[in-house]
Amino acid sequence: MAAHAHAEHVEHHGPPAPHFSSRVTPGVLGMFLFIASEIMLFGSFFTAYFFVRVVNGTPWPTPPFHLPVYVAFVNTCILVTSSFTMHWALQSIKRGNVWGLRAGLLLTFLMGLTFLITQAVEYSRIGFNTSDGAFATIFFCLTGLHGVHVFVGLSILLFMTIRAFRGHFSAEEHHGVEIGGIYWHFVDVMWIVVYMTVYIL
Amino acid sequence: MRNPLRSEAEAFRFLGAVIVGALVIVGAAYLNTWLGVAAAILAVVGIGWWLKQEPVPGASDPQPKLASSSPPGTHRILLVAAPGTESVRFANANGAAEVVVVVPALATKVEALTGGVDDRRADAKRTAETLAAQLPNARAYIGADDPVLAVEDALREFGADEIVVAGDDELAESLRSRVTIPVSRA
Repeated sequence: MAAHAHAEHVEHHGPPAPHFSSRVTPGVLGMFLFIASEIMLFGSFFTAYFFVRVVNGTPWPTPPFHLPVYVAFVNTCILVTSSFTMHWALQSIKRGNVWGLRAGLLLTFLMGLTFLITQAVEYSRIGFNTSDGAFATIFFCLTGLHGVHVFVGLSILLFMTIRAFRGHFSAEEHHGVEIGGIYWHFVDVMWIVVYMTVYIL
Repeated sequence: MRNPLRSEAEAFRFLGAVIVGALVIVGAAYLNTWLGVAAAILAVVGIGWWLKQEPVPGASDPQPKLASSSPPGTHRILLVAAPGTESVRFANANGAAEVVVVVPALATKVEALTGGVDDRRADAKRTAETLAAQLPNARAYIGADDPVLAVEDALREFGADEIVVAGDDELAESLRSRVTIPVSRA
């Protein structure tokens, strides 16, 4: 009992113990706040979509236009697969497997790039543009906004991949991959919602 | 409520839940539009309920305690030095004080923006360990890329009685305006 009391006394005799209001690291908290603001940005476009399609009752897609649902489905599969490779990359480095990390990040980057190129090709062949009514405007705004996010995600992935090949990450230090991975999965989640609402429903 | 984007693994799991939810909504909407609406409401409520009942990692862990190996009454000094500092002289009579050497991992803007601070942390670690090895009863601490933030972080784990700054007037002034304990120059 006395030893316990002494141990507690020895433990600290300076200023009072700090209050840890959050156990989230600043980097993760920053990414979380950024994603929260992104959700609000996407939310504004989805609100416009809701008004155009539900409140105004605009046909979706407006005749005579058609949406390339199957190409977009293949693109969706590519993007979802890239989340698996991203997860694999992080799991690899957590086990100290540097080559697993490098291969995972490289595959994720290549699949993300494929998605973006396919979307660009789809835009060029789709047969309408932003001036062809509210339907077309909302289509390009939602898919284009997501495309911009994929581009940002690819930029982050590029930095991560270069750093991985320069030997910057280890089983103990891989925070850069963790944060980039959260963003990439968020981009994927947003695409699932965009694809479902714009192309399928 | 659990933050679904707290870590990469949790974000990946959340993506899985969203895919399942989307499949349910699309399947229901294929059968009947209103069934799809009902499925969408159920999916959103279901994911919300799942996140709400999930335990928050670390919430039940005990608060971290300040660590000290020194006996009561020992003077405790937080020594702040820039990376590359090779030696430092300050009043530590007979080496009686317990010292924590804080070296911030100073990074350029590009390094900070791209997260490429590993090399800077390695530099800071080298300096902190070198200085700690020269001082009796001292240990090393690698800080954030902002020196003031590095000191504030270190103070959360080490309740110092005094801060000693090696070689930077501006930093000493900044610290005096942020902390209540004495700040002196080495």
